Amino acid sequence: MAMAALRREGRRFAVPLISPLRSSLAPSEYETMEQAVSGARSISTQIVRNRMKSVRNIQKITKAMKMVAASKLRAIQTRAEKSRGLWQPFTALLGDTPSVDVKKNVIVTVSSDKGLCGGINSTSVKISRGLYKVNSGPEKESKYVILGEKAKAQLVRDSKKDIQLIITEWQKNPLNYTQVAVLADDILKNVEYDALRIVFNKFQSVVSFLPTTTTVLSPEVVEREAEAGGKLGELDSYEIEGGETKSEVLQNLTEFQFSCVMFNAVLENACSEQGARMSAMDSSSRNAGDMLDRLTLTYNRTRQASITTELIEIISGASALQG
Amino acid sequence: MWRRAPRFFLDRASAATMRWSRPFSSDLPTEASGDTTFIDLWKKAVPNIDPPKTPSAYMAPRPPVPSTIPSKLTVNLVLPYDSILSAKEVDMVIVPATTGQMGVLPGHVATIAELKPGILSVHEGTDVSKYFLSSGFAFIHANSVADIIAVEATPVNRIDPDLVQKGLTEFQQKLNSASNDVEKAEAQIGVDVHSALSAALTG
Repeated sequence: MAMAALRREGRRFAVPLISPLRSSLAPSEYETMEQAVSGARSISTQIVRNRMKSVRNIQKITKAMKMVAASKLRAIQTRAEKSRGLWQPFTALLGDTPSVDVKKNVIVTVSSDKGLCGGINSTSVKISRGLYKVNSGPEKESKYVILGEKAKAQLVRDSKKDIQLIITEWQKNPLNYTQVAVLADDILKNVEYDALRIVFNKFQSVVSFLPTTTTVLSPEVVEREAEAGGKLGELDSYEIEGGETKSEVLQNLTEFQFSCVMFNAVLENACSEQGARMSAMDSSSRNAGDMLDRLTLTYNRTRQASITTELIEIISGASALQG
Repeated sequence: MWRRAPRFFLDRASAATMRWSRPFSSDLPTEASGDTTFIDLWKKAVPNIDPPKTPSAYMAPRPPVPSTIPSKLTVNLVLPYDSILSAKEVDMVIVPATTGQMGVLPGHVATIAELKPGILSVHEGTDVSKYFLSSGFAFIHANSVADIIAVEATPVNRIDPDLVQKGLTEFQQKLNSASNDVEKAEAQIGVDVHSALSAALTG
């Protein structure tokens, strides 16, 4: 009878313990805990301890990943900032014409290969899909050229037939202009285009990345727009030095523009990726820290409860013997 | 907004650092008409997502064409990995266009020039700085702003004559032993660049 009373009392202690734990434990763990608290007392803290160990490990890993991303960001940030002067002369000469109306649009989406970098890849894909929609219409077609695994995973799901070219694992070596020039050459050779729209995340600061799109027109469209007037209307007033014909020079110019703009886009996107990863890992470590605090409280409560039940057993046993 | 504009134009020497350190505040110049058309098109097709930014939002507008010929030429020399000269006011530059050395003075007619490997000399008063450029493009705008975009540019005093000589002989050999058009073209490019380099060292 004393044992029955004990068991009842054990359960009374168990009930307030179990409820705050409900949110943080899986159902199987919760059941074993309930049984553990009311039955064998020393084993109940084990589960919480295991959980604390794994959360602590996760916190360490995410902290390390944040440090790594910070150092990579530092390395690549100076290069991205220095390359910003590269595309400005082209925009000054050929203007910025995102609303140009052409038949063949090619959307070049720049994304990362690795994950855990926040929402930047999803943003790029959303903007690419938006551009596809903006440029859809009768006689108009848009195709995708994808750089990076993450955009490929998202776009392959619903736009598989529109994907022209996929390039992945090109960031293994540190980025330099030669590599990007070869990449740009590949794209230009394999893709027919009237306008190329490059979508990337521009690195504004460590916490802010702006989705941006740059438009590079093919030489025929440049000539057409120059004749039509508007932004490119002054292009005709420029004398051409070198090369045999104006169209040859324009072709070289647009190809050079594409490689320069790609270089800048790729560097900016890499910076944004590292910055986004830094903030993602930072919030992850903070979350893990919070979880660890809650688990520590639970652990202490469980431990103290088990000690109390042991004491009660001993004392009631002793008092039963006496009286 | 317009109070800052003159300071912005005068201070273009540090414009490269200034341009991106300023956040996207309202004191950037208003976007050109192409952008508003784009934003309208975007809003109609995709109303739930913000439109992406375009390059003209990130650069300061160029000065307009002045009515009289300005006294100085503003030069920007940019490479993929650095901007060597950024809004530098000079008297004259001589660019190595494919049609020969071309001198550019303030008030030069607007030109797009393709460049071949050669020397770019920048004259400011009595100093002349020479850079060897691998090819690129030079845009001279009507407002006396010259943009020179090259893939590589080194000051001439940093070129090693022995390496130039070695490179020249190596590429000439490759040209002689080239089997197909691609190899021939590559070897020819190597020969051209190295002969331009040796000419730069001597002349």
